Amino acid sequence: MGRKLLLDKAHIEGIRYYDTYRSNGGYAAAEKALKTLGPDGVLEEVKKSGLRGRGGAGFPTGLKWSFIAKPEGVPRYLVCNADESEPGTFKDRYLMEFIPHLLIEGLLISSFALGANSCYIYIRGEYAWIPDILEQAIAEAKNKGWLGKNIQGTGFDLEIYVQRGAGAYICGEETALIESLEGKRGNPRIKPPFPAVKGLWQSPTVVNNVETLAAVVPIINIGGDEYIKFGTGKSTGTKLISACGNINKPGVYEIEMNISVEEFIYSDEYCGGIKNNKRLKACIPGGSSVPVLPANLLLKTAKGETRMMTYESLADGGFATGSMLGSGGFIVMDEDQCIVRNTLTFARFYHHESCGQCSPCREGTGWMKKVLQNIEYGKGKMSDIDLLWDIQRKIEGNTICPLGDAAAWPVAAAIRHFRDEFEWHVANPQESQTRNFGLAHYADPLPAPAPAAV
Amino acid sequence: MAVVQFSEEKLNKVKEIIARYPAGKQKSALIPVLHLAQEAFGGWLSAETMDYVATLLQLEPIEVYEVATFYSMFNLKPVGTYLFEVCQTGPCMVSGSDQIIDYIKNKLGIGVGETTADGLFTLKTVECLGACGYAPMMQLGKHYREHLTPAKVDEIISECRAKANAN
Repeated sequence: MGRKLLLDKAHIEGIRYYDTYRSNGGYAAAEKALKTLGPDGVLEEVKKSGLRGRGGAGFPTGLKWSFIAKPEGVPRYLVCNADESEPGTFKDRYLMEFIPHLLIEGLLISSFALGANSCYIYIRGEYAWIPDILEQAIAEAKNKGWLGKNIQGTGFDLEIYVQRGAGAYICGEETALIESLEGKRGNPRIKPPFPAVKGLWQSPTVVNNVETLAAVVPIINIGGDEYIKFGTGKSTGTKLISACGNINKPGVYEIEMNISVEEFIYSDEYCGGIKNNKRLKACIPGGSSVPVLPANLLLKTAKGETRMMTYESLADGGFATGSMLGSGGFIVMDEDQCIVRNTLTFARFYHHESCGQCSPCREGTGWMKKVLQNIEYGKGKMSDIDLLWDIQRKIEGNTICPLGDAAAWPVAAAIRHFRDEFEWHVANPQESQTRNFGLAHYADPLPAPAPAAV
Repeated sequence: MAVVQFSEEKLNKVKEIIARYPAGKQKSALIPVLHLAQEAFGGWLSAETMDYVATLLQLEPIEVYEVATFYSMFNLKPVGTYLFEVCQTGPCMVSGSDQIIDYIKNKLGIGVGETTADGLFTLKTVECLGACGYAPMMQLGKHYREHLTPAKVDEIISECRAKANAN
């Protein structure tokens, strides 16, 4: 069994409530932070832990915190990004529903380290029942002296508020989130200035993902030096993976970042293998925007090494033969799934979610959707495949925020690895309406890599 | 047309929301207050409702319109009593959401974006709601209905009809 740091107590009955959470060691990290470590001590431990942002980008959290500007007399803010909207990702929801005090404790410690006296949890609007759970946890914590004025007699004040969004993927981008929190459309801002200098209401602001902030609790409890003993290399600690698609046991798993992709998919501890004894065709390992990989590149890298569930190993080979750990939204597709149709649903998603500020994204996502629709519904031309490639290249890197890249990558990867399937759709417009291309050669073992020249 | 006016209780809630932000930043209350308004005034935001919210928060009406039109959860035209919002993005699609959407269409005799003649049901397709491991799924009011099958859809429809009859 893999060791756990976040969900180790999630199964305890009543852990959603303060008394049970507290009697199982809850708020011990907050006590240590407030009474022993002090703000700089907390920052030091987080830096030592190597914690990387769990929302998708994987940026070192300690470094992000160290950028926060501290002008005299200007309030600072911590914003918790609970706008979880990347298709395939549903891990933060699990954490907030089942063990909300872990997040509240993480927010308290992190706000203390940053010197923020107000903290906002921005949660996607569709998670409409979760604010009640969070607000109850906040009220309990406040009642026990962990929030409000002069927390535990230390002189530190903190209020946490929950703000619901209203249905916009783009608000997971930190500057769009800040705009939304200010009561505006979720249009990302041009950076710089970065939120750490001018964020919410033009004040220094740190925006971190739910899982990132929750991970601060075990880091303070065991110390940064112990935390890096979990995982491998620069992938320290544990990661929540939300697994879905054609697997026997979809759900949220906490993994130590030292297991192989194969173990994750096939072992009974995790996904339990492919549903209905079918074969694995493809997988999107880190949420819809990361490159899709065919089975043969997923389980082993192009170099023939075992692919691991780490930031580095999943990215091995770059976009040519690798992917990304991203948000941990792990989408598995069996031999019956159609890559063209799946790519179409993502293109439609990004077109729907583009905020419309930048022309390459606003127009390009719509074009990609239309071209993919033609191919999927038997009206495509061979030249459409190159056209798609051309469009995605003209979006990538040409927009204010990463939504453009996120829309381009899945289309690029689908064509890169599954071009035969696109061509088959175009060449067989009628047959493709009645059956799928199937597994084809996508699970075939790759030729052994040529020995490196000496 | 009934006058658009929050109850005393809702007005207190609005005050409570505004108090979450620094003085003068009440515009931040806009999205939470639009949620309250949509709930209170028939499940959608009419021009009158949006103007009322603008007055409450001391905003220009256009500041409210531009936000209401940006976010997909705000309905800008009337919807049925029960709004079925069925996810159709990749992970739900590979788990059979297309068949569920077709089943609902046939069962209710409506297309996507349409409302049944009795005003009870509206069908809407939505993009990923973060329930990919429990697919196919839909949002119904405040909650999610997951692991959908035709039988489960039948149950949900009967449950809504029974609730409507009881009211």
